[in-house]
Amino acid sequence: MDLFSKFDPILEQRNALPFEEVDPFTVVMEKILSETEAVIGGRNTVLAGTNNYMGMTFNEEAIEAGIEALKEFGTGTTGSRVLNGTYTSHKHLEQVLADFYDMPHCMVFSTGYQANLGLISTLAGKNDFVIIDADSHASIYDGCALGNASIVRFKHNDVEQMERRLRRLPEDAGKLVVVEGIYSMLGDTAPLKEMLEVAKKYGCTTLVDEAHSMGFMGEHGRGLAEELGVEHLVDIIIGTFSKSVGTIGGFAVGKHPKFDVLRFACRPYVFTASLPPSVVAGAAASIKQISDSSDRRAQLWDNANRLHAGLKQAGFLLATETAESPIIAVKLPDRSSATRFWEQLILSGVYVNMAVPPATPVGMNLMRVSITAKHSSAQIDRIVDGFKLAADKIGLDSYIPVK
Amino acid sequence: MTNEEIYARVSELIKDVDTKSSTITPETTFQHDLELDSLTVMDFVAELEDEFDIIIPLNLLPELETVQQVTDAVEKIMSKN
Repeated sequence: MDLFSKFDPILEQRNALPFEEVDPFTVVMEKILSETEAVIGGRNTVLAGTNNYMGMTFNEEAIEAGIEALKEFGTGTTGSRVLNGTYTSHKHLEQVLADFYDMPHCMVFSTGYQANLGLISTLAGKNDFVIIDADSHASIYDGCALGNASIVRFKHNDVEQMERRLRRLPEDAGKLVVVEGIYSMLGDTAPLKEMLEVAKKYGCTTLVDEAHSMGFMGEHGRGLAEELGVEHLVDIIIGTFSKSVGTIGGFAVGKHPKFDVLRFACRPYVFTASLPPSVVAGAAASIKQISDSSDRRAQLWDNANRLHAGLKQAGFLLATETAESPIIAVKLPDRSSATRFWEQLILSGVYVNMAVPPATPVGMNLMRVSITAKHSSAQIDRIVDGFKLAADKIGLDSYIPVK
Repeated sequence: MTNEEIYARVSELIKDVDTKSSTITPETTFQHDLELDSLTVMDFVAELEDEFDIIIPLNLLPELETVQQVTDAVEKIMSKN
């Protein structure tokens, strides 16, 4: 029995993608020219499919801090956070985050994926319940799979369905409700206030993943919970440095007095090497600036609104009525038209994410466009023009109700 | 509720999601016979939960392949409540 034969359906699906020159899933960035432009396939390309929302990847202070740490502390820690992998800078970054979120405790993980994986699998044990949204990120599903709790799923953003399920759970059981601020594929926000209120009514511990909402939501950029004024209902916030912060790594901040015991119990925290000092220094420098970046936030929202309006006016079918986030998802009829559409876009110098099942919810085929605070109006217009051109080239009409 | 009664209600609920109007037997499978996609399965599980006022944890789903297995699982969960 060939162990690899189980992947034949994936290969078949890949072989059936009708692109002619450029494969949407093997893109190589040859040169990164700025936060918003790269060279791909020899072409200067506008990047409209990153998670670089606040445009911090070339931030001078973050780069300087990174270079200094690289020289002073070397390329890596070569060890776990609980052994030799905690430097002064890791503790400093945890303090920066605790202050940023005004929470007493913080753990920095090597990736955001591991932060979700670790918190969910460790906190919820054998007789506990984890209650999740059906459109949850893979790191949340994988955290559920790694742990031993019973997993209860409700329909995306459906507060009533969530409550009906909470009502059926044993009153005295341990319950962890996990929701995201912004869902990464459609760029839609959660009805967080209602969800957290229901969760608290049933005595649940609440975990909010602000991975995609950190940086530009709320007065200080803490995320959707800050924006809606419901941070007092949140017990744990998970986040990442790989989006608005512009580097890599993850974190969990929490209120519980025993929070720090997780440093010894959480396997995705213990059994991996800690972040290199240069990354840690860059993240700390970036976060300090983000909290004081209301201009950048305003620019990002202007850009998101301009992009949403441009695509809407061109007649495309969008996943959200308004720009709820810097992620604007354009719906296409099927995998085949999505592939051809994406290829026309990249050939015209516009990079977006092609997102198709199983990465997308409810069988959607999307051009996932995301914008940063650093895009110029001209670049945004170039993205919209690219979409119009691609629609013409592939003869797309059914998904363009308004011509 | 007896196993037979649960089976009858489960079969009724399947008719709502089965676009092929298949003949339902205890051995009918959701994936191969009914060819339900993952979204339909999710909605169907939610329907079952609301119909019987129970929780069917996600962890159980991989083991529930046939109509009879679903019926037995519902009966077992209800007896625990």
